[in-house]
Amino acid sequence: MSSLAAAESHQTVIQAKIVQPAWVRIMHWINAVAMIMMIMSGWQIYNASPLFDFRFSHSITLGSWLGGALLWHFAAMWLLMINGLAYLAVGLATGRFRNKLLPLTPSGVIADIKAALTFKLAHDDLTRYNQVQKLLYAGIILVGIVVVLSGLSIWKPVQLYWLVTLFGDYPTARYVHFFCMAAIVAFLVVHIALAVLVPKSLRAMIIGR
Amino acid sequence: MGRLRSLLIPGVDKQLLVRDAVKVMPDLARRRFIAGGASLGALTLLTGCDVVDGNSADQMLAQISKFNDAVQGWLFNPDALAPTFAESAITRPFPFNGYYDVDEAPEVDGKSWKLEVRGLVENKKSWTLDELYALPQVKQVTRHICVEGWSAIGSWTGTPLRDFLKLIGADTRARYVWFQCADKDGYNSPLDMRSALHPQTQMSFKFADEILPRAYGFPMKIRVPTKLGFKNPKYVMSMEVTNDYKGGYWEDQGYNSFSGS
Repeated sequence: MSSLAAAESHQTVIQAKIVQPAWVRIMHWINAVAMIMMIMSGWQIYNASPLFDFRFSHSITLGSWLGGALLWHFAAMWLLMINGLAYLAVGLATGRFRNKLLPLTPSGVIADIKAALTFKLAHDDLTRYNQVQKLLYAGIILVGIVVVLSGLSIWKPVQLYWLVTLFGDYPTARYVHFFCMAAIVAFLVVHIALAVLVPKSLRAMIIGR
Repeated sequence: MGRLRSLLIPGVDKQLLVRDAVKVMPDLARRRFIAGGASLGALTLLTGCDVVDGNSADQMLAQISKFNDAVQGWLFNPDALAPTFAESAITRPFPFNGYYDVDEAPEVDGKSWKLEVRGLVENKKSWTLDELYALPQVKQVTRHICVEGWSAIGSWTGTPLRDFLKLIGADTRARYVWFQCADKDGYNSPLDMRSALHPQTQMSFKFADEILPRAYGFPMKIRVPTKLGFKNPKYVMSMEVTNDYKGGYWEDQGYNSFSGS
């Protein structure tokens, strides 16, 4: 009897410790693969007609030449789109976005930046995001939406001319697509650095606890 | 010239490649998309699968590309009109583009040139430039979008291709109109019939109200504002109405054949 009760309470403890539910973990890693394929093939596509005075090194691009990179880009887009739409749908339906990312206030963000810079920001409870995390995660979801919309408008500027109009014109949509990529890469640098600094957050994204 | 031509294997001539490499393709192995150790290594890490066999990855990508063609054909309206612009929006100077320098662009003698018409058409007569110039013409100011990403707004004047196809009694139930060009490497490109019949698809004889200059495809260019630039052939010598997919210069090297915008 007592052992049964102990087992039950043990189970509750484990359940309470679940930081990342399975659907978040699966979609996170699918997104990671898709994003990296999109970014690396996108760099190769960029190299065909650079917007700025630089090209990406061939060693970090995917697809070997423009034709191959386009095939990669338009293959990986399915993974990114389907996984991304599913993530948004489940995130909204389960209330995860609301629970995790709100409330988000400018004063809260400033207070948490100060705390972080003075090494006073707590990481004890991984299930609760601080204001900076909330800002970055909400921000990257928005950037993810804009990178897809700008990508669609430079892929189908005739069919989706109204989407192009939203960005101004075709060349502007290209710049928007580029800067969204740059924002995602900047996010990745910070995101990966922090995951390495707080290894238990990486563990939670792999095994959930 | 004949000897030179026999030495040139389309698509793998080093001289031509090096010139274009600056812009598009740093790799000689153009048909091998995944060549290059770093990319391969990164991909293996990413997917956890063994993709060292580049051919299987190429095959998978080609399959997905075909799937994309089908999805795009199903999803999008092939009759959607490309946006048009005011004359003031025209890009000047309009860029020259080719896999060769402008001074190596095909030089066609307009006096002896005749447009050959072949395949599933009732009237297979060849057309001189003067005969074509006599056909009703329309002008369009549209955005030319290159597969490389750059774009430019230009003004093209000519005969809607669908009017010409009607005139020569083409079987418009056929699947493709296949164009062949004067380029020494034998540039060609297939256009699906629906796009050939699109109201804005044009046999262009003028650019910016002037007879098409050599740089932009004299004597005739096919302007398809709903398709990427490489599906807008210049220096056109012949057209064939056909049910067979005969491939194209860039399509054969891996550019998606639909490539509609």
